[in-house]
Amino acid sequence: METIKHFINTIAAPKILFNIVVLSYLIIFPPFKFFQKIHDALGVRRLWTKKGGMAIFSLMFLAFAFGLTDGNFRLIVLKPDNVPIVALLFLVVFFVWLALHQAQDNDDAIAKGGKPKEWAESREKVLVFPDLVYIEFIALMIVAALLVVWAIGLPAPLEQAANPTVSPNPSKAPWYFLGLQEMLVYFDPWIAGVVFPTVILLGLMCIPYMDKNRKGLGYYTYQDRKTAINIFMFFWLVLWMFLISIGTFLRGPNWNFFGPFEYWDHNKLEALNNINLSELVYMIWLNQGLPSNILWREAPGFLILIVYFGLLPAILAKTIFKDLYARMGVVRYSIFAVLFLMALTLPIKMYLRWLFNIKYIVAIPEFFFNI
Amino acid sequence: MNANPNKPSMWEKFQSTQFYRSVFRTGIRVVSHRQRMMIMLNSVFLHLHPVRLPKHAVKVRYTWCMGGLSFFLFLVLTVTGILLMFYYRPTIEYAYGDVTDLSQQVPLGIMREIHRWGAHLMVITVWLHMFRVFMTGSYKPPREFNWVIGVVLLVLTMLLSFTGYLLPWDQLAIWAITVGSNMAGATPLLGMNGPGSNLLSIGDVNLVTPVSDARFALLGGRFVGEAALLRFYVLHCIGLPFIIMIFMIVHFWRIRKDGGISGPT
Ligand code: HEM
Repeated sequence: METIKHFINTIAAPKILFNIVVLSYLIIFPPFKFFQKIHDALGVRRLWTKKGGMAIFSLMFLAFAFGLTDGNFRLIVLKPDNVPIVALLFLVVFFVWLALHQAQDNDDAIAKGGKPKEWAESREKVLVFPDLVYIEFIALMIVAALLVVWAIGLPAPLEQAANPTVSPNPSKAPWYFLGLQEMLVYFDPWIAGVVFPTVILLGLMCIPYMDKNRKGLGYYTYQDRKTAINIFMFFWLVLWMFLISIGTFLRGPNWNFFGPFEYWDHNKLEALNNINLSELVYMIWLNQGLPSNILWREAPGFLILIVYFGLLPAILAKTIFKDLYARMGVVRYSIFAVLFLMALTLPIKMYLRWLFNIKYIVAIPEFFFNI
Repeated sequence: MNANPNKPSMWEKFQSTQFYRSVFRTGIRVVSHRQRMMIMLNSVFLHLHPVRLPKHAVKVRYTWCMGGLSFFLFLVLTVTGILLMFYYRPTIEYAYGDVTDLSQQVPLGIMREIHRWGAHLMVITVWLHMFRVFMTGSYKPPREFNWVIGVVLLVLTMLLSFTGYLLPWDQLAIWAITVGSNMAGATPLLGMNGPGSNLLSIGDVNLVTPVSDARFALLGGRFVGEAALLRFYVLHCIGLPFIIMIFMIVHFWRIRKDGGISGPT
């Protein structure tokens, strides 16, 4: 028992867990041929059958029930404000399954030369009263009942009266912003708190104008819009949901990492020996002091940024995004590439931190300009 | 029990009164196609819907009801929020005590619970609604712009939740908002801890200072204090609900104008 818990605590560390999550993502939503082969060999499509769904859910419930036997786990998961996030995790898994379950049925039908299920149904018209009005009424009653039960069963949290001189450790933002707060581990506030939210929202708003694929409107499908769904799933599940879960469940005092079965020890120390890229280049590789001229000092970082945002989009357009580029045209593609690459800086920076302890690529604290 | 099937029941008698017929204009017994259509057309609320829909669109497994539930939760939050406003005074002196009283003094004091859990739930349903709209490709033409409006609704939902978080004025509240608003202080150019904060200046006078930056504008002060509480209260109870309602109206209108719920062609 203790060994299992210890094992889970170990692999729950972001730098290990993230690899597991990314690998599962690549196999479940294969973006490249290589992973498609593994996907087929493992028979991943069985996940989206009814049996597969049952298996996923039984596993999740079992894991959760097992966790609940542990005091430390209960302490985090059953904290009133964390209950919605536990619910969210189950709901997200359920709805991902539901969408892909229907998508698979439709894709199979289309592969056989048929039409999606929604197509046959849409030929038939029904009256909104009573068909829809009753469904809405029932849905509304169920949610209302659920809310009342929840409200009676779980009192809303209220801590000590506000005291500006005593700050709790950890101080956490509301859960739906914890993805942003977790990004603070890797980026300064101006990026995690201002630039990224802006990019996320702009990116979301741009989706309809980026996606030139006219197939897949009005029915569940995976095969007809693979690229779009793969990209969306990466950001929505692998980054957003992952960061929220880590930030909520696995970050304790001083924003240190704590495994799900670990006691939140306020004295836990984590060695911080992060260095900036400029220090790595000049002091370790070139074995000399940092140049005093800021621009010269940060030249390596700027060079990387220029290549990354200036050159990389063009290279991608010639290679793995060739089809995409042909379909989108220059303007759409450029906007897409910049948004996409910006978002990718997050996982890149995560790996740089874990592998090389890099803190900043460009570090100009004189102007609060650290990337 | 009605012995004679032809004898009208109490309910049927009531339905033929002048009063009932003045309220529900469609008539006594809804049996015909035409009447079912008239029910939709005669009601201002039901009239948000079309009269007839393709069958796939009324299936729960297609829309998951998530948009409708988000709207329903918004209504629940409005009603419970108004009830909470009867008891709550947005000053440092009273806020915390008023919230404590809500559960201890007020009969059937679960309004705060319903409001808080309902708010969490609304964030969840809005996210899931967005996910289903994505998965059915419903943002594709002609519905591009309604997706954009949807993203605005998403932001507003989260801002409503965020501003409400401060109002109980407990440790959880002020420190969560402190974490959140510190980020505003890092806004490029406009935040005093943001890159380029010293670029905006007239001569030697720097325009972005601790008492004039983005964070100050949000909080009405240098810390999360009295002014911030009032600002968040006004935004939470008046400002943001007003704006989100306008966007919702446009959102619903556009669903109809864009050809109703999406479907395969
Ligand atoms: C306060 C938040 C929101 C409310 C109350 C709301 C409400 C609704 C409702 C009632 C529908 C009808 C169909 C359904 O229930 O699925 C709908 C459709 C739609 N919503 Fe929302 N919505 C909200 C947020 C969003 C967001 C965040 C997005 C996307 C980013 C979005 C995009 C759309 C689109 C594109 C449609 C048309 C779907 C179709 O035709 O299949 N909405 N919305």
